Amino acid sequence: MDLNWFVCFLGAAVVAGTPLVLATLGELITEKSGSLNLGVEGMMYMGAIIGFTTGLQTGSPFFAFIGAALAGILGAMIFGFVTITLRANQIVTGLTLTMFGTGFAGFIGTPIIGERAPQKIIDTFVKVKLPLLGDIPVIGEIFFNQDYLVYLTYILIILVGFYLYKSRYGLNGTIVGENPKAADSLGISVIGYRYLHLAMGGALCGLAGGYLSLIYVPSWQDSMIAGRGWIAVALVIFSKWNPYRAYIGALFFGGLNIVGFRLQQFDLPVSTYLLDALPYLMTVIVLVFDSMRSKSRSHAPAGLGTPYFREER
Amino acid sequence: MKRSLALVCLLALLVPFALFAGGAQESATEAPVEEPYKVAFVYIGPPGDLGWTYMHDVGKKEMEAALGSAVETTLIESVEEGPDSARIMGQYARNGYDMVFATSFGYMDYALETAMDNPDLLVEHCSGYKTADNMSTYFGRMYQPRYLSGIVAGSMTETNIIGYVAAFPIPEVIRGINAFTLGAQSVNPDVEVKVVWTNTWYDPVKEREAAIALLDSGADLLAQHQDTTEPPKAAKERGALSIGYDADMGQFVGESVLCSPMWNWGPYYTATVKAGMEGTWESHQFWGGLSEDTVKLSAMSALVPADVQAKVTEVQASIVAGDWDVFTGPLYDQSGAMILADGEVMSDGDMLSMGFFVEGVVGTVN
Repeated sequence: MDLNWFVCFLGAAVVAGTPLVLATLGELITEKSGSLNLGVEGMMYMGAIIGFTTGLQTGSPFFAFIGAALAGILGAMIFGFVTITLRANQIVTGLTLTMFGTGFAGFIGTPIIGERAPQKIIDTFVKVKLPLLGDIPVIGEIFFNQDYLVYLTYILIILVGFYLYKSRYGLNGTIVGENPKAADSLGISVIGYRYLHLAMGGALCGLAGGYLSLIYVPSWQDSMIAGRGWIAVALVIFSKWNPYRAYIGALFFGGLNIVGFRLQQFDLPVSTYLLDALPYLMTVIVLVFDSMRSKSRSHAPAGLGTPYFREER
Repeated sequence: MKRSLALVCLLALLVPFALFAGGAQESATEAPVEEPYKVAFVYIGPPGDLGWTYMHDVGKKEMEAALGSAVETTLIESVEEGPDSARIMGQYARNGYDMVFATSFGYMDYALETAMDNPDLLVEHCSGYKTADNMSTYFGRMYQPRYLSGIVAGSMTETNIIGYVAAFPIPEVIRGINAFTLGAQSVNPDVEVKVVWTNTWYDPVKEREAAIALLDSGADLLAQHQDTTEPPKAAKERGALSIGYDADMGQFVGESVLCSPMWNWGPYYTATVKAGMEGTWESHQFWGGLSEDTVKLSAMSALVPADVQAKVTEVQASIVAGDWDVFTGPLYDQSGAMILADGEVMSDGDMLSMGFFVEGVVGTVN
């Protein structure tokens, strides 16, 4: 395991972590406003298939990712309509959305299985070395010799951090998540902010799916998301609802996803099944540790998962 | 108000489903003559996977073309290897089907159960080892074309490191890796074959990740025992070469796929269904090789030099003629221990239970 091995590995971990970062940021924004949307996996599937088909139809990388984001928003809006407007149970609705999205992608995607993304999109997202930053030894090779969407995620993390912590809108949204009654009495629209955060979250989850189908694999195949949506849900908890920590977590899990194939080459006396199970095992461990923390220190938005009834005040 | 709104939404959602249900089509062909022989195929994946299921579907179509209207077929795709498969096969039996092809290893026990419950149904199970009076197994000696592809790989690698993306550490896959390695060593004794297990037959994302891990460790050529075209695509993006599997993957990826060991089920399906129709079908364990045309090596890419192509043709001819087979001594395992003495030929039984890597393979069988 020389330095070059680590650079290759960490560079690949950044790529493997990118869909996780996007999905985690999406779920984080959603949860900040008090909606526990467990449909991340479903929204990722919708983004992956719609992004891919839009790419096939238009050949345009821009429209492909707009399509992916819109599909994610559509999924989030279904969730919002059922849980916010109709006030159904969020957990059940989220699980349903996951099943719906998976089936939706399978239904639309069956005729195009194996088809490759248009060459123009693949060419647009080849690895590009950034000037100056890319020349930093080791760090540059790992973080700044990547495709454009990876760079976009760096910007998105900062934007999300700024939005949540520094902007009035983001703080309003956070209040809605912590204490919807107080927010309502301050004249902040609980329903409006919950829809807004759902839409932003849905767009990011859709992008995460699009990243997998258009850049990571670039061809359509069944069962592409493979549980990444669930890892994102766990990562939000792992990150304590902080976008910067979410990035670290996503990198860590991205690395876990691919480390197995690399460790196999060292003839370790460890079953490959165990190496494969690492990301899921870690997800369970994170959730167990989180549930052991006392409620006051868990950092979860206090109003998470509860529909808001103004009439019940 | 809320409730009626919800109801309206629910109805709006149901309408398209009702439409689709009405429009659902059976893929069974029309039967102009009386009592056609009815055959069902159970697939593990979609025929559009360009791999394992695709090749079964090609074989099915060849059989249909050969037997014409005397046979009526249907297929069901993406059936999980679980109790559901027994239910599906049982349903075919009740609907008057005469023969069922179960095209994946994991259907074995369910196929046997179906065969026991429906004595009139003939069950053909691919790649398993359990049989009954009305249940047979069929498979191919894929290790033979894999050996040939190894000759191509060994001649073309420059770093002498070949990556092998492999599915599960079971005898079928291990046999393929060993045959491939022996083929590569026959022309290039310095070659190393690095194996990475993905523990999946069909997962584009994992296969790609494994392929990239191998390319990162210095491999300039990838081979695979996987059912998607991701490893050859990943190799192509890095300017590396590859060997396909299942189907002629060069068609889908390009010249960088030097050749593909591939399945050719048409002859077997035609012969078996014909035997069923004529009443000559008997329970059997079919393991067809290059000489039965059950497996073959695809046409080679233009990148393969003529002398390498000639060498492959020569070895292929000697296998077909029965002069020689891949696992002929001297053969040593990874630790250097002798498995076969000079000239000794491995039995089919030993091949079918192979659990060791030959010298030159880097990786572990676990």
